[in-house]
Amino acid sequence: MHTRSTTWSLLLAGAVVFAFSAACWGQVTQYDEDQRMNMESHIGKLTGHAKDGKPLYQRFCIGCHGPIGDGEGENAQWIDPKPRNFTLGIFKCRSTPTGTLPTDEDLYNTIGRGLVSSNMPRWFPLTDQDRADLIAYVKHFSPRFVKEKPGPVLEIPPEPPVTAERVQSGQQVFKRVECWKCHGVEGRANGPSSDTLTDDFNRPIKPFNFHDETRFKCGETDRDLYRIFMTGLDSTPMPSFGDNIKPDEAWDLVMYLRSLQPMNTPEKAIAKKLGLKPINPNAPAAQSETK
Amino acid sequence: MKSLYKSAAILAVLVVVALGLLSTGVHVNAAAEGRVTGTIKLDGTAPHMRPIDMSKDPTCAKQHPTPARLENVVVGPSGGLANVVVYISQGLPASAAAVVPSKPIVWDQKGCMYQPHVAGMDVGQQLQVVNSDPTTHNIHPLPQMGGGNIGWNKSQPQGSPPFKTSWKSEEVAIPVKCNIHPWMHGYMVVVKGPYGVSDSSGSFTLDNVPPGTYTLTAWHETYGTQTQKVTVAAGKPATVSFTFKAK
Repeated sequence: MHTRSTTWSLLLAGAVVFAFSAACWGQVTQYDEDQRMNMESHIGKLTGHAKDGKPLYQRFCIGCHGPIGDGEGENAQWIDPKPRNFTLGIFKCRSTPTGTLPTDEDLYNTIGRGLVSSNMPRWFPLTDQDRADLIAYVKHFSPRFVKEKPGPVLEIPPEPPVTAERVQSGQQVFKRVECWKCHGVEGRANGPSSDTLTDDFNRPIKPFNFHDETRFKCGETDRDLYRIFMTGLDSTPMPSFGDNIKPDEAWDLVMYLRSLQPMNTPEKAIAKKLGLKPINPNAPAAQSETK
Repeated sequence: MKSLYKSAAILAVLVVVALGLLSTGVHVNAAAEGRVTGTIKLDGTAPHMRPIDMSKDPTCAKQHPTPARLENVVVGPSGGLANVVVYISQGLPASAAAVVPSKPIVWDQKGCMYQPHVAGMDVGQQLQVVNSDPTTHNIHPLPQMGGGNIGWNKSQPQGSPPFKTSWKSEEVAIPVKCNIHPWMHGYMVVVKGPYGVSDSSGSFTLDNVPPGTYTLTAWHETYGTQTQKVTVAAGKPATVSFTFKAK
């Protein structure tokens, strides 16, 4: 009995020592940085290597994102929105929950897609392998990619067919979760809170105007739109709605938002046929008050 | 062979129970141990706290027959300074620092204000975020970027259930904001070990402080920090008072 409990206490002590050394791991040293140059990215069958990404970064990215990846390249002062600071490991376009790291694929897609209404272009001239290598190099700037794993990827069910009911109930979701507080009742980026918004770096930022753009910051497909409001755009005022919108409702909301956009969409035709009017947030609130 | 497994399993259960008893024993002892109480005063005239214009969101404005005021400096009638977090910044034995209160901290969004405006909490202590308002809030804590805590941004529409979270590292203090209601500001003060937050009379209490000599730090969002040495004896509360000077 005695020897058994000694074994147990030894095990426990070992666990404590392990936990303590793990806690000390937060500090960044030169050693860590060297370690981080071994960073890899995995996108499908592609494997990217940070050391191969370095020359590409120094040719294509350094001007804005800077030699140490802090977003303070020599062009940065002329640019708005500002280039991303990679050392923080915080990204807008993620398929993972708010506050977690994006997947390699998320970052890879951002390079291929570019970011509309910013200076970040689509990097079409780069091969798939180049982009994978670049992602590994971009990841090496932040210690978060050593310490943490990306969050669980948002599951998106297959898109249901567009129906009038869905467009209408999407409008109710738009009203219930109060998208209009920032995006406005018609999605024209003129909601009551729109003019006071700042990002996490305290810079003014505007909500998306659905009537202006065909593409969104993080993609242009229906699935991209679904993902944007479910995971949120970290470091901006756009929160994650994943806890409060069910998958079915999320597709409804996607369809309603499509009816606001400038191009011809089936949803827009449906909304026109229905004579769908913009929501009036004050009317029903006043009713429930008198009850 | 089977009986060996059996005895090993029984032994394991025994060890777990013993460890459990041991840890609760430590906890009970700690409760019987010292405490620090005291008051925080503001010396001078408190700055004027501007009333908040909530007209942009009528559901908020309606909840305040007289307009709510900013809470950067909240002073009680007797000159006590509220929303000061007092914690042990030096001298706490690791065993006491490792104790995490099991009671969750409730962070409520009510009347389009944070209640409390300043919350103290332990590293790893459960934080429960509640929306009592008939409107959507987005809760957006902004920890120091590149530090041990990672920020996030979640919406909480009217009627959505509370959600639970916690912080990984010590941080004094994490600002919290709501982008939808730009006047909403608050702070989460994440520390290790006992802490107390002063109420509107300026009084605070730190419980479960083992006997010893410590450095106490008092943090206020407008007036910064102050430190003081304190010696805690078993079974006898130590009394400390801090005075912040109005700027």
